[in-house]
This record gives sequence, C-alpha cells and structure tokens, in this order.
Amino acid sequence: MAIAIALIVLAGGSVLFYFLSPWHLTPLASNWGAIDVTIAISFWVTGLVFLAVSLFIAVALIRFRHHRCGRAHYRPENKPLEFWLTAATTLGIGALLAPGLVVWGHFVTVPDDAHEVEVVGQQWHWSFRFPGEDGIFGEARNALIDASNPLGLAPGDPAGRDDVLVERPLLMLPEGRPVKVLLRSKDVLHNFKVPPFRAKMDAIPGQVSYFWFTPTRIGDFEAVCAELCGIGHFAMRARVRVVEPARFEAWLAEQPTHAERLACPPGDPRAGEALFATCTACHGERGQGRQTTGAPRLAGLGTDYLVRQLRNFRVGARGTHEQDVQGRQMRPFARSLAGEAAMRDLAAHVATLPMDPSPLTVEGDPRQGRRLYRSCANCHGAGGQGNTRYKAPRLAGMNDWYLVRQLEHFRAGIRGRHPRDPYGNQMVDMAQVLVDEAAVRDVVAYINGLARADAAPAVARQAEE
Amino acid sequence: MTVSLVLIVLLMAGFAGWLIGQSIRVRPWVADTGATPPAPQTPPFVTAPRVGLAVFLAVVTSLFALAVSAFLMRRHIGADWQAVPVPALLWWNTGLLIAASVALQLAWRSTRQGRQAALRRRLALGGGLTLAFVIGQALAWQRLEAAGHPPAANPANAFFYLLTALHALHLLGGLVAWGRVLALAGRGISQPRLRQAVELCALYWHFLLLVWGGLFGVLLMS
Amino acid sequence: MHEREYEASPEAPPAETGEMELVHPRTFIGKYIWSQDAKVIAIQYAVTATAIGLVALVLSLLMRLQLGFPNSLSLIDPESYLQYVTMHGMIMVVYLLTAIFLGGFGNYLIPLMCGARDMAFPYLNMLSFWVYLASVLLLVAGFFVGDGSSGAGWTLYPPQAISQGTPGADGGIVLMLVSLAVFIIGFTMGGLNYVVTVLQGRTRGMTLMRLPLTVWGIFMATVMALLAFPALFVAVVMMLLDRLLGTSFFMPEMLGMGEEGSQRGGSPLLFQHLFWFFGHPEVYIVALPAFGIVSDLIATHARKNIFGYRMMVWAIIIIGALSFVVWAHHMYVSGMSPYFGFLFATTTLIVAVPTALKVYNWVLTLWRGDIHLTVPMLFAIGFLFTFVNGGLSGLFLGNVTVDVPLSDTYFVVGHFHMVMAVAPVLVIFGAIYHWYPKITGRMLDATLGKVHFWVTFLGTYAIYYPMHFLGLAGVPRRYYAYGETAFVPDSVQSLNAFITIAALVVAAAQLLFLFNLAWSLFRGREAGPNPWRATTLEWQTPHTPPRHGNFGDELPLVYRWPYDYSVPGVKDDYIPQNVPPQAVEREPAADRGRGGES
Repeated sequence: MAIAIALIVLAGGSVLFYFLSPWHLTPLASNWGAIDVTIAISFWVTGLVFLAVSLFIAVALIRFRHHRCGRAHYRPENKPLEFWLTAATTLGIGALLAPGLVVWGHFVTVPDDAHEVEVVGQQWHWSFRFPGEDGIFGEARNALIDASNPLGLAPGDPAGRDDVLVERPLLMLPEGRPVKVLLRSKDVLHNFKVPPFRAKMDAIPGQVSYFWFTPTRIGDFEAVCAELCGIGHFAMRARVRVVEPARFEAWLAEQPTHAERLACPPGDPRAGEALFATCTACHGERGQGRQTTGAPRLAGLGTDYLVRQLRNFRVGARGTHEQDVQGRQMRPFARSLAGEAAMRDLAAHVATLPMDPSPLTVEGDPRQGRRLYRSCANCHGAGGQGNTRYKAPRLAGMNDWYLVRQLEHFRAGIRGRHPRDPYGNQMVDMAQVLVDEAAVRDVVAYINGLARADAAPAVARQAEE
Repeated sequence: MTVSLVLIVLLMAGFAGWLIGQSIRVRPWVADTGATPPAPQTPPFVTAPRVGLAVFLAVVTSLFALAVSAFLMRRHIGADWQAVPVPALLWWNTGLLIAASVALQLAWRSTRQGRQAALRRRLALGGGLTLAFVIGQALAWQRLEAAGHPPAANPANAFFYLLTALHALHLLGGLVAWGRVLALAGRGISQPRLRQAVELCALYWHFLLLVWGGLFGVLLMS
Repeated sequence: MHEREYEASPEAPPAETGEMELVHPRTFIGKYIWSQDAKVIAIQYAVTATAIGLVALVLSLLMRLQLGFPNSLSLIDPESYLQYVTMHGMIMVVYLLTAIFLGGFGNYLIPLMCGARDMAFPYLNMLSFWVYLASVLLLVAGFFVGDGSSGAGWTLYPPQAISQGTPGADGGIVLMLVSLAVFIIGFTMGGLNYVVTVLQGRTRGMTLMRLPLTVWGIFMATVMALLAFPALFVAVVMMLLDRLLGTSFFMPEMLGMGEEGSQRGGSPLLFQHLFWFFGHPEVYIVALPAFGIVSDLIATHARKNIFGYRMMVWAIIIIGALSFVVWAHHMYVSGMSPYFGFLFATTTLIVAVPTALKVYNWVLTLWRGDIHLTVPMLFAIGFLFTFVNGGLSGLFLGNVTVDVPLSDTYFVVGHFHMVMAVAPVLVIFGAIYHWYPKITGRMLDATLGKVHFWVTFLGTYAIYYPMHFLGLAGVPRRYYAYGETAFVPDSVQSLNAFITIAALVVAAAQLLFLFNLAWSLFRGREAGPNPWRATTLEWQTPHTPPRHGNFGDELPLVYRWPYDYSVPGVKDDYIPQNVPPQAVEREPAADRGRGGES
C-alpha cells in the first residue's frame, strides 16, 4: 500500500517539479527556438506516458495486492492488446522523432549568407579567427604553432595574411547575422558551448568541425567547455558579446591581422631601460622586488605576461578593486606609459635583468604544498618556470610574500574577477583548490623549493647571456 | 564499421533464423501431456566443445572484423594515408599457412582411420609449418623496419603491424592447444577424445587461414 | 525437428543430457578457492564485484562532497576529482555491473535454471574468475603508482587520455588499459561457458521457449558482450600502442603541455566509434539481465505468468540486435559528420518500441495478479518506476536535436544513472533478496530489507531526478567546481548540497544491507527449499543450498514453461517445471473457474 502511495506521490511530484523548479532552459538568444520546441514536445509526451504508467502500476498494486482467498488471473498473452500497444508506442515515438529530424535538417544546413568564425580550443583557453577581407581562412596546422604564430597558420598561404586573430577569449558577433562556427583544437577534445545559443559542437585536433546559429539578442554570454579536457576543464571560459553589426565591424577592424602581427617589431630593451627608471623606486634597481613597498619582483617575468598585466592595469581590469591597495597604486604608473610599443620596450628591458635569488619569507609545509602544486603544474610547469602557451607566468624565484598575497586576492576575488581579465578569471577558479591560508603558505613553500632547485641552472643561463 | 556491421547482421540473422525455427508456432504455456518422456535438447553431434569452438570463432571474427573496420575507416579519413609496401615474403608465409592447414586436415582424417603414427607425423608437421609461418611473419616485420617503415611512422604502418600481430597471436594461442593435443596423441588417449581435439585444432587452423586470407587481401588492396 | 528421433523410446531414460565429469575436490581450498563449481565461482565473482563496487561508491561520495560543499575537503583537488570520476565510472560499468550480472548471477543461475550439473567448461570457468580478479587488482594498482589512476573520464577519449598533463598519464592509464584487456580475456572465457551451457546444457524437456526470462536476459547479454567487447579490446590495444610505442592510431598532430607532440595523423574519432560500438551494447549487457531477472521476480511474487512471454523473448533479442546500430548517438556533438544524426536518431528511437513493450508486459503482469509485496517485489516495482523514468529521459538524448543542448550536462548524468545505475542495482538487490535463501538456506531479514528498500529507492530518486533539471539549465558535467558561471544560478549550489546529503544517506543504507547479509547468514530464518513457492528448477533441487552437481542423482525432466502460476483448476497456485502432468493436484470441480478464464 505504501509503495502505491509512494509511486503516486513521486510521479505527481515529478511532474509538478517540472513546473515549479527554478531550473529551466536559459533564456534563448539564438534562432534555435525550434530546439526548445522539440524539448517541450519531449517533455509533454514523456510526461504523459510517465504519469500513465506510474499511476497504472499504483492502481494495480492497490487493486490486486494479495489477500487471503485471492488468486491471480491466468492469461498467457493477448495478441490484440499487444498489437495496439505496439502501434500506439510507434506512433508516440514517431511524434517525437519527426520534429527532431526536421529541425536537424535545418541544423546541418548552413545558410548561404552565414559569415564564418573559427574557434580554436586549447587547454584551457579559447582563441578566435576571422577570415579577413578575402572571406577565406588561410590553411592552418597544429605543427606550425609557435609563439609568433599562435594558431599555426601556414606561412605560404596568401589567404591567411589578412586573417584576423583574436587571442583574448572575447568574441564579438553581430546580432541577426547567421554565423558558421568552425572548430579546431590545438591539443585535446574541447566543446564550445554557450547555453543560450543551444547549438554546440566538439573541437577535435586534426580536423575541423562546425555548427551554425544566428545570435538574436544583444548581450554578454559566457562560453564554457563541454568536453572533458583535463584538470582545467571547469575553468575554461570565454565571453561572447553580441552587438549591433556596426559595432562589430568597428571591433573587427581594430583587431590585428596575421600579417600585422608578424610585422609588429619586438620591444627595444634600450628604450625600455629609460622607462624602467620610474619603476625602480618601488620594484628595486634590478627589478628584484621590495617587500617594504609591496612591489613584487619583475625580473624573470616573461614579456608576454608583463605586457598583459600592464594592459590590464591601464584598462582597469586589474587594480580597481577597492581592497587591492598595491594594485590601485600601480594603475597610474601603468597609465603613464605611452602605449603598446612602450609596454613592449619596458618588458624587453625587464627580460635582460639578472635573476638573483629572492629572500625566503614564507613558512609552510612544502610536502603538503607538493600535492597542491599538482594543479598548478599543468600551466605553470612542473618547475614553476611558467609557460607562454598557457599564458602562465613564472612562479619559481618570485617573491614568496607576493605569491601569497596574489593567491589570497584570487581566492577572495580581489584580483581576477574583472570580465576583461580572462586568465585572472581562470586563476580565481583554480585558487579555490587552496582551501585555507595554510594551504596557500604550503604551496608557496613548495614553490620556494622549486626556486632553489632552479637557481643553479638559472644562474648558469644568466652567465651565458 | 560497415564490415563489422555486415558480419554482426549475418551472425544475428543466422541466430534469429534458428530461433524462429525453435519458437514459431510454439505455445510455451502448453505443458507436455506426459505421454512421452521429455526429449533431449540437442542431437548427439552437437557437443559442448564443438559449440564452444563455434562461439569462440564468432568472437574472434568480431575482433578481426572490428580491427579491419578501424583500418578501413582510418584509410578513408584524411589524404595523408601512406600505404606500406607489402613484403613479398608474405606470399611464402601464406603458402606455409596453407600447408599447415592441409597437414592438420590430414591429421584429422587419420584419427578417423585410426592411424596413430600418421596422426602424430601430420600433427607435428602442421605445428612445425605454423611455427615457420610465425617466424616468417617476424622476418617480414624485421625487413619492413629495416626498409624504414617502423610502426610509429604513420597510421598505415601501425595498422599493418597490429593486424599481423593479432593474427600471429591467435596462431600462437592455437599452438598451445596444439601442444596439448600432441601430448595426448603421444600418450595414446582414448580415441573419441583425441579425435575431437584434433578436429577442433584443424577447424581452428582453417578458420585462421581464412582470416589471414582476408587480412592479406585487405593489406594488398591498400 | 531433430527432437523427434529421440522421443521414440517408451520409458523414461536416465536424463543423460549434461551428465559430465565433475571434479569433486575434498579440501577447503579445492572447494572454495580453486573451485570449478559454478555456484562457488558465482559467489567469488559477486563478492569481488561488490568489494570493488564499494570502492567506487566511496569515490562517488567524495565527488559529491566536492560538488555539494566545494573546497571543504583539501584532499580533493581537480586532479583527484577527475581520477574519482574516471575510476567510479569504469568500476561501476565494467567491473561491478557486467561482472555481477554475468559472472555472478549468470554463473549461479544458468546451470540451475537450465537443469545442468555445471557450466560446460568448468575449468575455463574457474580460470575466468581468476583472470577477472587479476584485472581488478591491476585496476586498483592504478591508485598506487606514480601520480595515481587515470583522470581521463571513463570514456578514455584520446588524445586526452594518454597525453601528458592528464592525471595518471604515466602509469594509471597504462594499468587501466591492461586491466581492461585482461578483463575482456577473462570475460570471454566465462562468456563462452554461459552461451554454450544455455545452448547445449539444457536438460530434457527444457526447450528454448521454456527457459526462464532470467536465462534469456543473461544469455542474450552474454552473446552481445562476446561480440561487443572485441571492439573495446581493439581500441584498448591500439591506445596502449599509442601510449607505449608512439604509434598514431588515435593521436593527431597536436600540442601536449604546450609542447609539440611527435605523433601524426591519428584519428580521435576512430576511438570514439570503437569505444561506443562496445559502449552502447554495454548498456544493454547490463540492462538485459536486469530485464530478465525482474520478469521472474514480478511473475513469482505476483503469482501470475509473465504476460506475453514470447514477445518478451523477442523483445530481448531485438533490443540486443538493435543496440549494435545505435552507437553513434553518443557522438551527436562529437564533430563526426552531422548527417549521421538522421540515421542514428531513427535507429535509437526505434529501440524504444521493444523496450516500451517490455514495460507494458511487466505492468500487465501485475494487473489482475495476486501481488505479494515481499522485499524482492518492492525492489522490482522500484526498478519499474526508475526504469520508466530513465527510459523516457533517454528519448530526449536519443533524439539528435534535443540532445544538442542537453549532451554533456547533468541531464545526461541523471539519465544514465537512473537507467543504468539505479535501475539495474535495484534489480540486483531484489535478486539477492530473492535468491539468498537458495544460496545460503536462510532468509534475509525482511524488516531490514524494507528499510533498505525505502531509503535506497526514495534516496536515489532524490539524487538523480533533480539532476535532469540542472542539465536543462545548462550545468556542464565533469566540472570540479562551478565558480562564477553566469548561467549557473546560486540555487544550483543549494541543490547540489541537497543531492550530496541524499547520497550520503543512501550510502549509509547500504551498510544496513551489508549487515543484513552477514547477520542473516547465521541468524536468518531457515528458508526451506522453496520459500517463494516458485516454479523454476533452481528451487526444486534436492538440497538447499544445492550441492556440487546441483540435482542429486538424476537431472530433472521438464514438462512445462516456468510461468505456471495460478493455473485454473489446479490446487496450488504454482506448478514447478519438473512436475509431470499426472502429478499435478487438481482442485475439486466445484471450485473450478473461480480463478478461471475470461
């Protein structure tokens, strides 16, 4: 008896849950309303069947439960009944399948007027490419990827020269224009998913997959990775901003083409030396960092990372949180730099600074830290040397007090929450691995150990240079 | 996948056909009248080892069909496929395997004729020829590798080594069974059991010869 | 047909079918360790599978703790989280469910229900278990090597599974792949036995159409497993070669840890095709034995013949056959040619028809039955409800268009746990409550059993039903933490906490079950040979528990199908399969027709 009541309550409750739960499809922002319709049809058909079968079981349990002189009915089969049930089921299945196949027909047919964008996944970062004025993507291969050619464009292919590269995980799309999304991957499987657009597809290394949609709503949308791609899978995000076509064109024109990027001159360390004079007051003569001023070591940081952080300070992606005292101090200095070229010059100079050992100030349990560092090693390297391809700065040999402060800031969302700081966003997620202050100190203590192990070869390298 | 699907469809169709024979017009709820005692379910020639071998061969068929399917699928993906030059040695090896199969067939026949000495001779010959085949395959590998086609160079090479290795491993497994049969024959075991064992061996060899024919054909084609 | 030839003999001959040489060991080790008795092997399988399943259960609780109460346990970092995900999935699907249904129930029930003395090849059968045990140990060894077990997800998709930077890329993945290959070899040994015993070992009178549905389910599942596991075997071997020799079956031109790899031209999609060519039939390898067992539980405890037996048999066969042509529905958004979507959506939804028919037939078996709400029956009803729910959500995911927004979300997690985890596990529990008296001679405690049922049934529903709605909202699966995702509302966190608490409660209830198993072994009520008054042959053995050889001196002769419950005009409400028509006790004429025909 209890089981019959339980079934009725569960079945009814399940259906009510569908209507009352706060968890529903995200508000649609693309042309794929038809997908939502197929979902709704599925809910109605299956919901009715679910109720019918569950209630039938419940009724059977109530009416035919055992009592003393009861005896079951004997009937091995009933051909007509079985036939009609088969027919009705087939019909119901058809009702689900037919709309699904019709919509799928649209899904696989890309409209002729669709413009194209390439989405490239890598562990744990998205970049984008537009075909440029000629409307044709240049050939690209993973084997050709290097620091100056992040998407692996074939040097001999003229179609690639005007391709527009967007390395920052922010993609703008014009409202109302169908877009064909071509997907590639540099390493493992990824899946570019923006829930309000409904459509999504895996990115596979070595081949190009695609899907299409038309953005129908202006706004910012979060893109996530929906195919397990390693430990940073959960922190692999990008932002899709749907804007008016005119704004899109303006934004696209601002982005550098492949040819422009290649032509961009490297920073001039001598010009940077002059600019660096301002920095020495806080960061030290040789960029070794000063705990008294709270300014961290610069020597040892890659040019890519330095330029990016300077840019973040300039645009307010960093150093705007009210609790980020030192960051707020840094902002005006970053803004005083003349522009991109000045930042590159400065970074080029910093790259020439010697790598003296930093004083050790943080105490923690490096053995605990070793386990925690597993999560860091994937981007920052097993030796903490950093990795430009992952946009991960050097950790080994940096000021340990600074690392502690930044980790605390990431944990608390004081740094890295700004929408224009995507790698910071990632660090906010990753820093959650460190559950308390002790964990932060442990991992920094381990990084200090890496620095000592690293010191000998680093000094040797300095001597060579 | 088409190859595997076709094979599985064939297997399933055969199975379903046999089952329909067993079940059509049967009304399972009708009990025996009890006038005659219930009958055995299988005729005497359907012995457990025979059925077992048949089922095992179906499993091996599935394995090779899937490996070949993967090979064919990969060949159609991308234009970077560089076929391996099939060493001429493989033709000689094929000859050896055919001879081994024939020897085992003759061994089977001699069990039926009750000729112990001939049986042992033919069994030994079959096994020896098979061993020669496996060594021949290893030589072919060596030559390929020496000619600059190591397994890691490209997918076509990897598939060549994989398919030949899978086949050779099955033969080696067969040789273990063959060793046991040879020992039985030496001890002069009771005739029906020996006959059955030799029969299973011979059938397994014929089957692997067929598989080799299929694999060789596929390798030559690409 | 050929039976005719043997029917001529006038007097009942000794039932020679299945007479075989059995090894009767005397020592304890020979009897219980190196045993060739299918019943002992069954228990060895079941105990091993349960033990490793408990490990996987603990892993799932650790995952739930991280999701429900993020970052409260410092021991769970993103690496270990993915390792738990991988090991939990792999263990549950392959090493627990496949092993316990086929190796456990298959070994115990096939010979008994077919009326055979033992499996066709007892030595091979013993070997099968030891090879299985070796595969389990290899898998577990993965926890202790290098940086631990693999964190590639149980689907082991390359290139991630074997590329540097994935947890366990050094040792764990190699051990897992080797373990899978070993498992498949061991399973093939066992599988040959199950199939050959059903085909060849049936006693006199046990025609195919008189086999209990349990045997049909296990038989068909084994046939499918024998044909499908080779796909996994090939995939695993190829991946091992990619990992160890640097071949390029699956490894394309790519970067690993930001560095360029040396492999060229492999196809990650090829692996997915092979994996799911095994992986989808695997779903039914688990489901079909559950279908079969639940049919027998329902018929026995509702005292009614299973409705539409022939259709049930054919549905099992058709589902099994169709499950080989639906594999790519796991790959709708994998980047394969999207045109495959049309074909595979159609085949997938066609499978729903025979499956729905099975559900109708179970439900119609209850209708006008004489339903005893015993513990096995409760679990069977729990299965029905859960399976209907999980089956219906499968219609969403099988329909290619609907799948696009829902794939790789918690909708999928909810669906496959409902249909592939909870539903079969409820059947396993029901089956254990049902056959425990035969295996041990004692009943399991019914009160504890009911508590176990209610907590498990309601608890698992509370865990998995809401997950569908997380998926609807777009919450992706296999995420270590959700951080500040714009489309994931804060309420999701509260729901995750609720689910975690439900999971902890359900897990605690399993301790109660383990206690019941142990306690009843010594203190349970004596069961007698046939406590459920069932018709099938395993309940008609001369000894309980059955001894080696199962049936004493002579094998039973079978005269009828296994569902002669409540036959009109018969005194008892069941007639065992081996009771000759002359021996059936009729009711006095006056009472006839009360239960009668309509």
